[in-house]
Amino acid sequence: MKKDIILAGVGGQGVLSIAAIIAQAAVSAGFSVRQSEVHGMAQRGGAVLAHLRISDTNIASDLVPQGGADLVLSMEPVESLRYAAWLAPDGALVSAAEPFVNIPDYPDIAVILRTIALFPVNRIVEAAELAKEAGLSRAVNMVMVGAASPFLPLKPETMEATISAMFANKDPSVAEANKKAFNLGRAAAE
Amino acid sequence: MEEQALLGDEAAALGAIHAGLSAAYGYPGTPSTEIMEYLIENAKGNAHIPDTFHASWCVNEKTALEAALGVSFAGRRAMVTMKHVGLNVASDPFMNGALLGIKGGLVIAVADDPGMHSSQNEQDSRFYAAFAMIPCLEPRNQQEAYTMTREAFDLSEKFQVPVLLRMTTRLSHARAQIKTGPKRAQNPLSKAGDKTQWMLLPAYARRNYVSLIEKQPELLAWSAAHPSNKLDLDGRDTGLAVITSGLGGNYYEENLEDFIKSRSGTIPARLHIGVYPLPEESIRRLCEKAERLIVIEEGQPVIEERLRGILPHRITINGKLDGTISRTGELDPDVVRRGLSLPPRPGALNSGAVILPKLPGRPPQLCTGCPHGDSYETIKKAVQELDPAEGHPNTAINADIGCYALGATPPYSVPESIVCMGASVGMARGAAEAGIKYAIGVIGDSTFLHSGISSLIDAIAADTPMTLIILDNSIVAMTGCQQTMVRSDKFRPLILGLGLKGEHLIELEAKKQFLEENAAKLKKEIEYRGLSVVIFQRECLEAFRKRKKNEK
Ligand code: SF4
Repeated sequence: MKKDIILAGVGGQGVLSIAAIIAQAAVSAGFSVRQSEVHGMAQRGGAVLAHLRISDTNIASDLVPQGGADLVLSMEPVESLRYAAWLAPDGALVSAAEPFVNIPDYPDIAVILRTIALFPVNRIVEAAELAKEAGLSRAVNMVMVGAASPFLPLKPETMEATISAMFANKDPSVAEANKKAFNLGRAAAE
Repeated sequence: MEEQALLGDEAAALGAIHAGLSAAYGYPGTPSTEIMEYLIENAKGNAHIPDTFHASWCVNEKTALEAALGVSFAGRRAMVTMKHVGLNVASDPFMNGALLGIKGGLVIAVADDPGMHSSQNEQDSRFYAAFAMIPCLEPRNQQEAYTMTREAFDLSEKFQVPVLLRMTTRLSHARAQIKTGPKRAQNPLSKAGDKTQWMLLPAYARRNYVSLIEKQPELLAWSAAHPSNKLDLDGRDTGLAVITSGLGGNYYEENLEDFIKSRSGTIPARLHIGVYPLPEESIRRLCEKAERLIVIEEGQPVIEERLRGILPHRITINGKLDGTISRTGELDPDVVRRGLSLPPRPGALNSGAVILPKLPGRPPQLCTGCPHGDSYETIKKAVQELDPAEGHPNTAINADIGCYALGATPPYSVPESIVCMGASVGMARGAAEAGIKYAIGVIGDSTFLHSGISSLIDAIAADTPMTLIILDNSIVAMTGCQQTMVRSDKFRPLILGLGLKGEHLIELEAKKQFLEENAAKLKKEIEYRGLSVVIFQRECLEAFRKRKKNEK
């Protein structure tokens, strides 16, 4: 079993924390994990990319080859398309619906969403709205972790346990809201 | 010990701690920063790491390496961390350090940045190791980053030379599980006995240089026998030889299955190189029957360029020099795939069902509300209002390395040069002396302390008619907000102490509401026909956030 994932977004959107949560859950489920991140303040507001590889056998490269990703998960529609070349023929393209507009030439969002919908396996998730519904508008990340989860070799319980552990030293309501966000995201992508 | 998921940088740091590290020094620089951050975080000791050791940032890479030499002189183990271009700054003690009788193990961890994710060039530190004639270890995964770092200390003490640990961006910043070993105790304090091994007076240095040369055959024997320099000949097609090094080995293996299929099942002979000096004998054996050799190395063609001295001329060598492997940029599985003449893997896009619209680039930018943004607006305004008859050719705005380098692109587009840490000051001076009327240097507070200050001493001594603008955001922002060595309130006495006239040392608050006022004051200093220093002050937003969080 091998799952290759590309995580995309804009610097500051928390792409790396999504990668960390999925990686942590995969480690606790006993998989080998390799996760390659983009670091440095230089990425503020710029396009951000992380590679995440989960396997039960040896993983040679930290980077996913083009045409090899089982999942491209993006916090933002344009960024999801930027890495479409990585997607395997039957891979899933999962994107948050809300555009992040910090450039003057952001393309017509309708065209972008229509293009995403052309991929054989695709999901467009109203992440901001679902986070609000979960009672924590900051939990957009967690909605997207949930949206990724139907495409991951990890049980929802394992992921929930990871989320609980992450917020163990916070008010219990924070963990609950995050788990709710996760489940709303999961339901939206299933 | 337990398994942990660590960044390559963290794995190297943990390797150093487990090797009995006594002190570590460095200057922040992507992708090396996390090595020192991990060391600083654990320097006080904790449940996992019982001993304490010293770890701190320095004003620059040269001072860091010199401090580490002092630790080694005292018989204890030291690590220095920096990025590839930082080694240029430290190159003086680096080259000379190779001639010393290293006592406590000294490991210089340098993270290269092929692909220039956040750097000015792609230089390959393996050249430096060869130049200084010291061993270089090149881990290819997080586990090796850990074990090779441990080994590097032993090696350094065994051969009495500094050892270079070469990391690259992808390894530094990728995370995987590693297995750790038991922690070794720190060396007892025991000062170097033979002073002549530590004094590079010509008579001693000549002798030490001979002894460095004499060590080379032993080092070659060590690298030839090293398990990381793995030669695979048995059952292989020896007509085609492949040399891989560092992460190039991983990308080769990623494509190996398809490569073997494309060659109807035959596997090429292979040598993976993980430690240097270059194992020449293994290279000769690899290529004994080969007609063709493919070289896959991460960085510059360090191995490839040396092959002609080792191999007969009849062999075709494919690598970076003939463009088989892209000469520039980071290696990745796809670059190597093309180099092996394999067709692209089929992907979702190949079916033709989806045509992508044109996607705009999304370059990094200054944070919204960053003090540098206001400073650049001010500089722009002041420069626009300079004597219009003089025009643009009579101003030069030389900037430097840091977040503020992002002011070079729209909407600000102010800097006209960005070369290396500290260069802005010297370049402004040169521009002034070449006859440019309004020569301006723009530098950050940490960069100023790093190496800008020495050029300011020159400029003050010469009373160069120029304006130095220090963008003081109270932190090393770009690499993740490390503390600067000298706090903002000390800049004024520091610069006055160098001899600048007080009336031409101006401090301004970098805020939008003071734009008009600040621009007028700045313009006055730019027009002044002598040397001025104008300090724009306001805390970086990230630093502010971090500070507030810590204060809570
Ligand atoms: S990190 Fe600080 S200095 Fe860098 S762009 Fe953001 S606010 Fe400005």
